[in-house]
Formats: sequence, C-alpha cells, structure tokens
Amino acid sequence: MSRVERTLPPLAVIALLIALWWGVVAVTGSAIFPTPWQVVTGGVELIEDGTLWEHIGASLLRVGTGFLLAVVIAVPLGLWMGWVRGAYDTLNPIFQMLRPISPIAWIPIAILWFGVGNASPIYLIFISSVFPMVVQTTAGVHTIERRYLRAAENFGVSRYTLFSRVVIPAVLPQIIVGMRIGLGVAWLVVVAAEMIALRSGLGYLIIDSRNAGNRYDLVIAGMIIIGLIGLMLDGLMRLLEGLKSVRWRYAH
Amino acid sequence: MRTKIEVKDIHKDFALDEGALRVVEEVSFSIGDGEFVAIVGPSGCGKSTLLNIIAGFIRPDRGTVAIDGIECSGPSSKGILIPQSGSVFPWLTVRENLMFGLNGHAHLDKTGLADHYAGMVGLKGFETSYPHELSGGMLKRAELARALVVKPEILYLDEPFSALDALMSLRMRNQLLKILSQERHTVLLITHDVEEAVHLADRILVLAPRPTRIQASFDVGIPHPRKLTSPEVQELRFAILGELGVGTDGAEADAPTGG
Repeated sequence: MSRVERTLPPLAVIALLIALWWGVVAVTGSAIFPTPWQVVTGGVELIEDGTLWEHIGASLLRVGTGFLLAVVIAVPLGLWMGWVRGAYDTLNPIFQMLRPISPIAWIPIAILWFGVGNASPIYLIFISSVFPMVVQTTAGVHTIERRYLRAAENFGVSRYTLFSRVVIPAVLPQIIVGMRIGLGVAWLVVVAAEMIALRSGLGYLIIDSRNAGNRYDLVIAGMIIIGLIGLMLDGLMRLLEGLKSVRWRYAH
Repeated sequence: MRTKIEVKDIHKDFALDEGALRVVEEVSFSIGDGEFVAIVGPSGCGKSTLLNIIAGFIRPDRGTVAIDGIECSGPSSKGILIPQSGSVFPWLTVRENLMFGLNGHAHLDKTGLADHYAGMVGLKGFETSYPHELSGGMLKRAELARALVVKPEILYLDEPFSALDALMSLRMRNQLLKILSQERHTVLLITHDVEEAVHLADRILVLAPRPTRIQASFDVGIPHPRKLTSPEVQELRFAILGELGVGTDGAEADAPTGG
C-alpha cells in the first residue's frame, strides 16, 4: 500500500470523531464544552499572544533536563547491573519495587524535598524515566548472545575494546527502546507535575485555563498540543532506531 | 611433523537433573603442525563440546589440551574458533569486524590489512556493508576473513558451511583450500558431512556417539585438488560412512554432490 493509502484511514477516523464531537455539542447546546472550531480559535489566540511557546518551552526544558539526567544515570547503571552479577542481585529487587510506584505518587514528596520550583517536575521526570531505562539496559546486557562474547574473548581484546566494540553496541538497540519508553513516560509526567503549582508549562496552561473562567477551548487545545508534541518526541526517538549500527536488532 | 595440538584423555560430563551425562569420554589424539584434521560424527554426538574444550572455551573435567607443548587454560588468538552459528558482529561493518581482532596490535595499516583479507575471501566492495546486508555465504566469508586477519596458527571450524546450500558450501570449501595453500594454518574441522571431510582434510577421525570417543582414524593421502567423484575418494567416503553405521546401500541412496 502506498503512503497515501495508509494515512487515509486514520485521517478518516479523526475526521469522523471531530464531526461526532461537533454534532453532539450542537445538539446538546452545551454552554461550556467548546466546538472544534472554538478550540481552533482558542489555539490561535494562544499562538498570537505568544504564551503557547512559553508553555511548550518550559515543559520541554523540564522533560529534557530530567530525561537526560535519567539517561546519564540509567545507562551506566544498567550496564553495570547487567555485567556484574552481584550488582544485579543487590539492586534489582529494590528497583523492581520502586518501579511500579506511579510518578504521581511521588508528587507530595517531590514538593516536600524540592519545593514548587522547576526541581520538582524534573525530579518526577527523572524518577519516572530512570527505571524503564535501567531495566531495558540490564536486560540488553543479559541477552547478548554468548557467541559474540566468545568471539571477543577469542581475539583476546582489552577490556576497553570489549565494552566499546561489543557490549555497548550489542545493548544499544535495547537502550534506545528504553529511551523511547522513558521519554514517553517523562512527557506524561511533566504535564501531571505542572498541574500542581507551577506558573508555566502545558500542564499549568490546562489547569489555569479551567480555573480562570472555564476556558475549555484552551483546555482541549492544550491537550491536543500535548498529544502532538508527544508524537513528535516519539518520532525523534524512532529516528535513532534507524541508525545502521542498531538496525540488525529490529530487522527480525 | 611437529605436534601442534596434543589432546590427552579428555572427559566431560554435563550435570542434568537425572544425574551426570557423559558427553566426552577419554578422547586423545594429536594434530601435527600445519595438518588439517577433520572430526566426523553424527549430529548431537558432542563434537561441538569437544571442539570448545580444545579451543579453551569449556574446561574439561579431566584431561589436558596442550598447544606447542604448553597446556592451555583458555582461549587465545593463537587459535580462532568459527562457531556453527557464526559470530560476525552485526553492529559492525565488514571492515570494522575484520579490524576488531587487530585492536591493540601495533599494525601500521589496520584498514589496509582488513581490506586485503576482505578481498582475499571475495568481499571486495563490501567493506562498509553491515552483516544484515550480506547473504549467508558472504557472512561465512567475513567470518573466515576476520579469523585469518589476526594470522592465527590454528583454525577451529565448527560445521562452518553446514548452513549453506550445497553449491555455496562447495565454493567455500574450494576457497578455503586456496587460502590454506597460501597461508599455513593448522586446522581442526568438526563436521557431520563426510564428503566435506574427505574433500578438505589430511586425516579424518570418526567419533562414536555419546559418550564421544574416537572410533576410527583415516589418513586421506589424496593430493589436492581432489576430484570428489574419483573412485578413491568414493571408497574412502564409503569406509567412513560404514564406520558411522550407514551401509553402502544407504550411502548410494544419497546422490553425490559436486564434482
């Protein structure tokens, strides 16, 4: 199927949903719930007064900082836990216990520790994206096929070469999968975290629009923008999966 | 001929739930310097385990393997193993794979050396390709070139061509013989393919199935290039098949390949 033929059905579904939405609002005559067109004009309003870019920038900055911090910690930690049996046995139970705790549950503690500034959402993003990346990296090390490790051993290469040419490249596809999951969760969490107290960010935009006069057109415009940016972030991560040195893993 | 590899009284058991399974029992033989020895045995008879013990990857329960008279305690780049499943790194290009073993060596021109060996096995023009872009036969060539580039004294080949089709397998054998005529290596080949063994080896050891023991030994003594359809090759082939418990009638049923 061609590209056009493949994008046609999802576009049709979206168009159908918008039509349905429009129809329901028109029939019920709701005073608060906006029509799609009101959402569009609300969005244009946000773009025109420039606040939209500020909110997007603030959210992206928090996600970027928290996520990069998580990558810097999770990847070496995951490699270490995957390679050293003792490290895995010691740390894995703790991580498995912390992992299922929703980042939202951390909000009170984050506020207690870091106040209501930027540090709180950054911490929440860090805590939510670090675990999936540790788990994926560790699993990646554990699933390196023995034939490759034996070959490296056979050639008698240095420890540095073993890690830089075999272990890390072998795990890289898994690390990228972990990063995709991590960034997805991070984006989910930043919006939730910004609803609490901050004065900027897309989460704040949504809550503030509701509180300041039931501007549900802006609430929905904010939601759609969050979805679009999330899609873009995932697309960015998928570009990494296209790298030639990792494609071997995804091919099958 | 100077002895290169001395295998003495190797035993190996694998622990199972129902007790120990003896995989290798009392295997002793020696391989001369520059000699090509093939070990033939039925599938699942412990040939791979034996080869992995000799190459230093598995410790035997009893017995020793000595190379150049020195007991070996683990793998080294003196002897490179080419495993059945292949071990070309899929995340490196052909050239990077070939240069992998040269890391740490004080070669002046690693790229040049890698490309020389790539050309030698017929991979010229594919130096920057990734393994998933190559065919099965080309992967085997890359594997062979990566082993040769470090100039190992010994090659351990574990069913190297068994995954290839008959025509490609025959081509690879001829290429291996050509390379071995240019560069001197001691080769230990493990195979279930009697024809392959007769085509390549100077000496053939037949293994009995589990626990693995050496059952018979044949000196091939036919000069290269060997014509696979010649009566002496066929005679030797039937003799080995007979040792493996396949009668001459059965052997006739499977059509000879190549020539």
